[in-house]
Amino acid sequence: MAKVFIYPTTSLILSDLVARFGHTPLSAALQVRERIQTPGLESPPLQITPEDPKKGLRYAAVEVPSGVRGRMALYGPMIEEAEAAIIIHDADYSFGCMGCARTNELIQFLLRKKGIPILDLRYPRTDEEGVEFVAAIQEFLKSLPGGSP
Amino acid sequence: MSKVRIAQLSCGPEYSGVQKEIEEAARAVDAELFYPDIRLEDIRSGFDSFGLDVRSPDLRLSIARARALVEGKIEADAVFIATCFRCAEAAIVRNELRRYIAENSKLPVVSYSFTERTTAGTLLTRMEALTTIARRRALLAREIQEGLTLGIDSGSSTTKAVVMRDNQIIGTGWLPTTGVLASAESAIELALQQAGVKRSEIQAVGTTGYGRFLVGEKIKADLIQEELTVNSKGAVYLADTQHGPSTVIDIGGMDNKAISVQDGIPGTFTMGGICAGASGRFLEMTAKRLGVDITELGPLALKGMAKKVPMNSYCIVFGTQSLVNALAAGSTPEDVAAAACHSVAEQVFEQQLQEIDIKTPVIMVGGTSLIEGLVKAMGDLLQVEIVVPHHSQYIGAVGSALLASGFIKG
Repeated sequence: MAKVFIYPTTSLILSDLVARFGHTPLSAALQVRERIQTPGLESPPLQITPEDPKKGLRYAAVEVPSGVRGRMALYGPMIEEAEAAIIIHDADYSFGCMGCARTNELIQFLLRKKGIPILDLRYPRTDEEGVEFVAAIQEFLKSLPGGSP
Repeated sequence: MSKVRIAQLSCGPEYSGVQKEIEEAARAVDAELFYPDIRLEDIRSGFDSFGLDVRSPDLRLSIARARALVEGKIEADAVFIATCFRCAEAAIVRNELRRYIAENSKLPVVSYSFTERTTAGTLLTRMEALTTIARRRALLAREIQEGLTLGIDSGSSTTKAVVMRDNQIIGTGWLPTTGVLASAESAIELALQQAGVKRSEIQAVGTTGYGRFLVGEKIKADLIQEELTVNSKGAVYLADTQHGPSTVIDIGGMDNKAISVQDGIPGTFTMGGICAGASGRFLEMTAKRLGVDITELGPLALKGMAKKVPMNSYCIVFGTQSLVNALAAGSTPEDVAAAACHSVAEQVFEQQLQEIDIKTPVIMVGGTSLIEGLVKAMGDLLQVEIVVPHHSQYIGAVGSALLASGFIKG
C-alpha cells in the first residue's frame, strides 16, 4: 500500500480511485477534515489560523505571499509523506480545483524533486480519452507496491 | 437598519488565516459578507469574456463573480476585493476588477492586499467607509451646511474643531493630540470661543478621526463617522467642486488616503499606513532635524532642488539618515527639505495613487497640505495643478460639521 498524492488535491474522483486500488490517497479533504474536527480552533471556514502561513515558511520563503504559505502548511506535510503522485493537468473545475497557480507550481516542483513515481496525465475531453485516462491511472496504481490487481 | 451586503471577491484569505478578521471587521459595521454564487458555466464564460488570462482559478472565479455583479445577476450593496500582498498576478486582477466595477456599476468598492498579520482593526475604517457609502448616500448628498453645528476631527497627530453657522466657518480650534478627550475638549473650547457661541447653542455635532468613537460617545455626537467619507465631503465642499469627478489626497500623520470622488461621494479609495516614511511624521522629523518649525518646511522646500540630495531609502529611519548624511556632505537645508517632500510625495504616488484613477481637480487636504513643498512635489509627479482649499487642515472637522447639519431636529 502506498501513500499517493493526488493533484488536484480536491478531486474526490481521484481520491476514490486511489482508495479502490488499496492505496492511501493524500487529499485536501482529509487535511481539512482533521482541522475542522480539531477542538479549540476558531478560524472558519478552513480552520487555518495566521500561524499556518508561518508553518508554511518550511516550504516557501517569507517574501512568498501568505496565501501560498498557508496552503503549503496544508499540502507540504502531504508532499513529505507521499510515496507516489498522480498529477492531472488542465483539469475541469468540476473534477477538482486548486485556487492558487503559484502554490500549484510549487507543489508539482516539490513532488518531482522527491524522485517518487509520478503519473502525469492531461484531463480527458472525449469519452475515448476518458477510458484511456482511467486505464492509465489503474495501471499506475497497480504498479505501486501493495496495489491490488 | 438593514445589514449592508458586501460581496467578497478574493484569493487567499482563508489560507492566510485572515478570513475571520475580514468578517469581524464587516460585523463591526453591521455588514454581511457573502461570496457571490455563480454556476460553473458562468465561471468559464465570465472569465473568458473579461479577457485577462490569469492562471489562478480563485482569481478567475473572482473575475467571473465581478462580471455577475456588474451585470446585475447578483445583488450586492458594496464590493470588497482582497488578495495576498506580494502576489503580482493577484495585484493585476485586484486593480483591474476595482476599475471595472467602478466604471461599470454604482457599487462602492474597496480593495486590500493582506498578509497573515492583517487584523480586523486595520480593515475597520475601510469597511466603515464602504458601508457608509452604501447606506448613507442621502446623507452624503448634502451640499450645504445649515444651522449651528460643531465638527471634531480627533486625529493621530492633531485634534481639530470647527463651528459652522449657515454655511460659514465661524470658529476653529487646533491642538496637538495628547490625551484624546482632553485635546478634543480644548479644541472645542477654542472653536466655540472664536465663534462666540455657547456649547448649549450647538444644534448638532459630528466626530471623525482615530478618536471619533471615544470623543463622539463622550460629547454625545449625532454623527460618528470615519474620515474617508467625511474628508471627501469636506474637500469637495471647501474646494467648491461638489459636482463631477475629483481626487482627494490626504497625507496624514499616521496614514494616507487617496480617494476618487464622484459628485461628492467616494467611489474607490486606498488607505495606506504601513510605512511612516510616507507620512507627515517623516516631514515632522525632517523639520526637527533642520531645526525649523514644521510651518517653515514648505517655504524652505520650495527654494530647494530635491534631485541634489541622494535618498536611498523610503524608510523613515534610513531616509532620515540620508538627509543627515546629505547635510554633513554640504547639502543646503533647502535641498534637504525639498528632497524630504519629494520622497513622501513619490511614495504616495507609487504606492497609492496607482490604485485609483486620478481625475482632476486633485485636492490636497489635511495638515500636510499646508506644506507647500509637498504640494508642489505632488503636483510635479502628477503633472497637474493641485488645489488646496481654504481651511484644508480642518477638513475632517468641516466635513463633520457639514454632515452633522443633516441631524438637526425640527
